[in-house]
Amino acid sequence: MKKRIVLFLVIVMVIGVVTTGCGESKPTLNVYNWGDYIDPDVLDMFEEEYGVKVVYDTYATNEDLYVKLKQGGSSYDVIFPSDYMIERMIRENLLAEIDITNMDQIAKVDDTFMNLDYDPDNKFSVPYMWGTVGIIYNKTMVSRPLTKWADLWDEEFSGDIIMLNSQRDTIAVALKKLGYSLNTRNIAELEAARDELISQKSLVYAYLGDEVKDVIVGEEAAIAVVWSGDAVSMIRENPDLEYVMPEEGTNLWFDAMVVPNNAKNKEDAQKFINFMTRPDIAALNADYIGYSSPIPEAVELLPDEIKNSVVGYPTEDMLANTEIFKDPQDILSEYDRIWTEITSAQ
Amino acid sequence: MVEKSMKRLYTFLIFLFLYAPIIVLIVFSFNDSRSRGVWNGFTLKWYFELFKDREILRALYYTLFIAISSSIISTIIGTFAAIGIYGMNGFGKKLVLNLNYLPVLNPDIVTAVALMTLFRLAQLEFGLLTLLLAHVTFCIPYVVLSILPKLKQMNKHLAEAAMDLGATPFYALRKVIIPEIMPGIITGALLAFTLSIDDFVISFFTTGHGVSNLSITIFAMARRGINPVINALSTLMFITLLVLLLIINKRTEKNDKNLQERR
Amino acid sequence: MKIRNTGYPYYIWLAIFIAIPLILVLYFAFTTGDSQNLGTFSFSLNNFKRFFTPIYLTVLYKSVSLALVSTVICLGLGYPIAYIISREKPRIRNVMVLLFVIPMWMNFLLRTYAWLTLLGKNGIINYIITKIGFQPLDLIYNDTAVLLGMVYNFLPFMVLPIFSVLTKMNFNLVEAAEDLGANKKVTFLKVILPLSLPGIITGITMVFIPAVSTFVISSLLGGNKSTLIGNLIEQQFRYTMDWHFGSAMSIILMVFILIAMALTSKFDKEKEGEGGGLW
Repeated sequence: MKKRIVLFLVIVMVIGVVTTGCGESKPTLNVYNWGDYIDPDVLDMFEEEYGVKVVYDTYATNEDLYVKLKQGGSSYDVIFPSDYMIERMIRENLLAEIDITNMDQIAKVDDTFMNLDYDPDNKFSVPYMWGTVGIIYNKTMVSRPLTKWADLWDEEFSGDIIMLNSQRDTIAVALKKLGYSLNTRNIAELEAARDELISQKSLVYAYLGDEVKDVIVGEEAAIAVVWSGDAVSMIRENPDLEYVMPEEGTNLWFDAMVVPNNAKNKEDAQKFINFMTRPDIAALNADYIGYSSPIPEAVELLPDEIKNSVVGYPTEDMLANTEIFKDPQDILSEYDRIWTEITSAQ
Repeated sequence: MVEKSMKRLYTFLIFLFLYAPIIVLIVFSFNDSRSRGVWNGFTLKWYFELFKDREILRALYYTLFIAISSSIISTIIGTFAAIGIYGMNGFGKKLVLNLNYLPVLNPDIVTAVALMTLFRLAQLEFGLLTLLLAHVTFCIPYVVLSILPKLKQMNKHLAEAAMDLGATPFYALRKVIIPEIMPGIITGALLAFTLSIDDFVISFFTTGHGVSNLSITIFAMARRGINPVINALSTLMFITLLVLLLIINKRTEKNDKNLQERR
Repeated sequence: MKIRNTGYPYYIWLAIFIAIPLILVLYFAFTTGDSQNLGTFSFSLNNFKRFFTPIYLTVLYKSVSLALVSTVICLGLGYPIAYIISREKPRIRNVMVLLFVIPMWMNFLLRTYAWLTLLGKNGIINYIITKIGFQPLDLIYNDTAVLLGMVYNFLPFMVLPIFSVLTKMNFNLVEAAEDLGANKKVTFLKVILPLSLPGIITGITMVFIPAVSTFVISSLLGGNKSTLIGNLIEQQFRYTMDWHFGSAMSIILMVFILIAMALTSKFDKEKEGEGGGLW
């Protein structure tokens, strides 16, 4: 009996080894993306069309992604960093140049999203999604509409506020509340932001990532700081929710697809990026995850209530008071120190 | 009488406490809604989706593969190690025993970052290999610690007697020592398997792209709203476990009964 | 024993995978520089100095107090149930132990996560409570939830060692004490408790150590509001890449635990013979 069990286990192991070995017949593409940031069917469609096996992994923040990349030991072929992170990665020579002239779908991207500051000639990146950061709140659970970041420090909402568990976004909220730039290099300003966030802690329900969606939709808390795409998804599930871009100004962000330097399959990476830029595919993604696509033809394909909503597609003057993140460069360690102090404070 | 019913009540409450989350998981595996709070009707669809969900199936595969491989490897190395340690004396023995005890004593996060530092410095690519190495490393101590007591209980002179009668050391090992310590070996192997299958922290720090075990996948999913498919998976796992353990229990009972009847 | 020392493969393994990593951690702890670039390291006590400031010491204090409280609760809840199970007839006892152990085999992350459904503002517990007519309780994303998570996850580790010792105990001693006129309280304090001490010590160690170093429970159930030392260490290795600071904290944590263990082993002289006190 025992011998048979051992034999069985050995067979399982051998099968295991063999099947992982056999996987090598098809080329593999390692994709590393934000959690909940793609329509899963899209991966199947890519696999079928191009005969490439996609290995898909997810991360929660840009810093997560950066650390995984920097610490080495893992190689990915396509990743989706945000503006400032791309800036940093280019500066540190972590990215491979891509050839957009070879991508026939690149013309579909609206000009306003090309040649942005973080990658002036799009030598490294192709835009994926964009959006803003704002406050979402449940109209039926609060006594008055929220309009400013300062509202998040209002005692009246104690225990109902969810902040983002993300270093730059949360520090930015405090900086904006104090009237500073969210790209400030002034340590005193950063420390003032830190003190604000520490004083806010007693009012905060939790610091969450993607789980904020469940919590707000389920009405366990009334207010949260969220990215615009998540707001779109949440409002779809709970119409009592309202999204607002605060008066003090907020962050305008762009996520783009890039190819790391140590990617093993750069060729299929470029094909994947091109594929994702196809309007029908971009529309599938934008509809599934709720975020805003930089491809006008894709936007056309979206349901009316999304494309006509200013939540996902704000007007130009709404975007006037926004800032794009820049890479903090040498004072990054100050940001890290301050974030550690914020999270450690009781 | 009051005491007896209080005991019953207390026992019931404790077991309720232990099983509450499991019951929740099972019940919500039939819930026709993605959200974890709202009940929307009965459905079996998550069970069907489970067999289509690549990420989870891959994680399950890696979890089982690593658990089986690391328990086999660590049991083999651990058994030989325990026998070797048993024969040692003095400072060397103390040193080895203390080093062996370290992964047991250390919080797993310290073991995890220590291993991560090692792998990074050795410029290893994080993935299946580093994960396996890490698991074997934290499993072997438990195997050793399960076998040592059995070695102590064993009659030292049996092996010597066998060799005096002409057996080679290796034969003595195989036919005399190992059968004597077999219960310890089995306990060690089972312990290693259990620890490996449920491990999160050490795996989290020592694995690389694509290779996730079940715990890591669940942790990642917990951050974004759990996929109810996991509830279906846990229900299936629970039922399998229950059946397995009940079978084992029945067999050991039968064994005991047989032994008793023979007397 | 005339058999050659078969342990050599393992001794080498120990050196490579246990001894060297810890030395590396020590090395990182006492240096600063870009943690990805060995060449930039220079000796420094800064990491430790940085830790011994109010903001981080509070984190350590919080981790230790939460761990202590959960250990005490586990002991308080666990001892009675261990006792009750150990006094049952073998057949029932085996079933009960089985039922006790099965949840441990289920993935602990999953079970912890399931508590969110139970503890949420609109969760199952509050649903029942409000139906009865009480005010909803604040059970999630706070220290209560973290404590509950700790107790839930580590209770079996307290119960099983105590149970193991109690079953091996000679109950004739208890009868003898009662024959000699001792009442229940005295019997318990003077006979049962001292005899079960080894199990209690093992249980305390097996609960306290993971409790003080966990980051999963505080992350899933604590809403990331209370950073524990486990979270701090994780943060340094996964977000800020300050491996030096992270290593220093790991060393501090290790030293702390060693001191705690040394203190508890004063109560239990025969630890070495137990082979670690595993069940």
